[in-house]
Amino acid sequence: MKTVPRYHITPILEVVVLAMLLITPLLASRFITISLTPILILAMLAISFDLCWGYTGILSFGQGFFFGIGGYTVALLINKAQLLNFYALSAAAILSGIIIAGLFGVFLFFGSTRQGIFIALSTLALSYLGERLFNGWFWVGAANGQNIWEVVSVMGIELNPGISFYYFILFLLAVTYLLCRFVVKSQLGLVLSGVRQNEERLDFLGYRIQVPKFLIFVFAAAIAGFAGGLYSLHEAFVGPTYIGWVFSTFAALYCIFGGSGTLIGPIIGTLAIELGRLYLTDIEEIRAYWQIVLGLLMIGVIVFRPTGIVGFIISEKERIGYFGYKVSKWRFRKKWAQKASMEGPKI
Amino acid sequence: MTLLEANGVYKYFGSLYALRDVSLEVEPNRIFGLIGPNGSGKTTLMKVISGAHYPDKGTVRFNGTDITRLSPHQRSRLGVSIKFQITAVFEELCVYDNLLIAKQANQSSWKLLWSKSKRLLHDEILNVLEQFHLRERAYDRVSDLSHGEQQWLEISMATHDLIENLKFSQQQSLEMSMVTALKPRLLLLDEPTAGMSREERKTTGEILQLVKRSCAIVIVEHDLDFIKDICDQITVLNNGEVLDEGTPAQIESSEKVIEVYASRV
Repeated sequence: MKTVPRYHITPILEVVVLAMLLITPLLASRFITISLTPILILAMLAISFDLCWGYTGILSFGQGFFFGIGGYTVALLINKAQLLNFYALSAAAILSGIIIAGLFGVFLFFGSTRQGIFIALSTLALSYLGERLFNGWFWVGAANGQNIWEVVSVMGIELNPGISFYYFILFLLAVTYLLCRFVVKSQLGLVLSGVRQNEERLDFLGYRIQVPKFLIFVFAAAIAGFAGGLYSLHEAFVGPTYIGWVFSTFAALYCIFGGSGTLIGPIIGTLAIELGRLYLTDIEEIRAYWQIVLGLLMIGVIVFRPTGIVGFIISEKERIGYFGYKVSKWRFRKKWAQKASMEGPKI
Repeated sequence: MTLLEANGVYKYFGSLYALRDVSLEVEPNRIFGLIGPNGSGKTTLMKVISGAHYPDKGTVRFNGTDITRLSPHQRSRLGVSIKFQITAVFEELCVYDNLLIAKQANQSSWKLLWSKSKRLLHDEILNVLEQFHLRERAYDRVSDLSHGEQQWLEISMATHDLIENLKFSQQQSLEMSMVTALKPRLLLLDEPTAGMSREERKTTGEILQLVKRSCAIVIVEHDLDFIKDICDQITVLNNGEVLDEGTPAQIESSEKVIEVYASRV
């Protein structure tokens, strides 16, 4: 009897990346650690874009908007309401993303037009609109944005840029990663990949495809909002540029460069682009042109390797994976499975 | 008892009549053939029945319910399944996962998230794959399958919830299988044998005879030899109108049909 093929490259890659991120602060300078922290937060933003585009095929340029909303929510709660509880602030950032994406998503997915390009354009417009709105809104600081003077602490650790903040963010990134992996590997993830490949067929099979699309859009926005809140905490600042299309398009760049349709891809893409930026802007001759270098790299990747740099080592089959029932290798699971198959299907 | 009933269906595309006053009746456990020259409106009629197009005039009733204005997924939940002319499976997924997706259409997103039915469906899916000669290909990508195998996969996806009945019908009498088929079902097949080898056509015919025991089938076909062997009833369309209808034998001897087929094909 044929069984489900197994692949091992992704787990190896995950462990390697995690190990590197774990030991870097021990070996590198404090400057590197502090520079890496926001990069890890941006990786969360890239993952949120990937959930929409790489897994579901929704081209959302609204991730920057949800990111900025999360950032503003945290900054305003600290400055205007003196709320310094980290858990409450995170919950507020996540909720802000959920609420905004929920309201917007109702129009996007349950409205009469449901074409892909419509979603891309309207989310891009939303990002632009957000930037203009916050740029001119005096109460939130207009073009000056909001500085955060207070320091938030969690479990007795003050969240000042440094090693402890770095490890805390790494922990949150890992939790987000595992949560996303659970979602995309579930049967809901199977339906999402169906949405990406052939929406019409799902409709004729009896799925209400708007529901999973809406749910993943809101879930991705929650992650983006959370990342935005963390980002403004780390930078101790939030401004109108955080909310706009710059972060939206960068989220897309990170994800597509690293490898959309995998979860490790966006993280690698963010690290590669942001570290590249860090070092390239140090070189006097390139400083003004590094974006051109980035653009050329981007074109190269899209033309020669549409699956991103991760596509060099992760095969197409492994990227998509299998969603069926696997008989586990572990003995106690095996017994359990045998017992279940003796009972027969319960439907 | 009539399962599907189309009454005076009209469909225009601009000034072009795709369908003009077309009516048909399909009974359960029958294979119903729809033939006609290119551009005679066969595919449009299928689309009107499945909900891809709405008719400009006329009604479509399924099992006594008016479904003329229902969306495709609502019709699907009532029991209308369609397989299009162009194979529309999920190419990046393996055969097994294609069936897994088809089988979970009625589940809530919450249940899907927790993957509760994955293990319970395992035996059932393997059983379906067995019936459709795809057991050995279970973990191959759809893009690696032959054309015929892709077609079988599509038919298996469209009839996924009949498998328990299929098992019954092999073991027990026809009446028994009819009793177990509580849910009225209609399967629409648009050119299921296009591009198939002779051998694959034969297998497809066998599969359809099996499926027929628990649902009604409407087939659009070019291949007259294939259709006259397996159909119980045939309707011939020409220029968007019903030219003739009857049993395969009647259609074969019908002068109107011979005239159209002799002049056009």
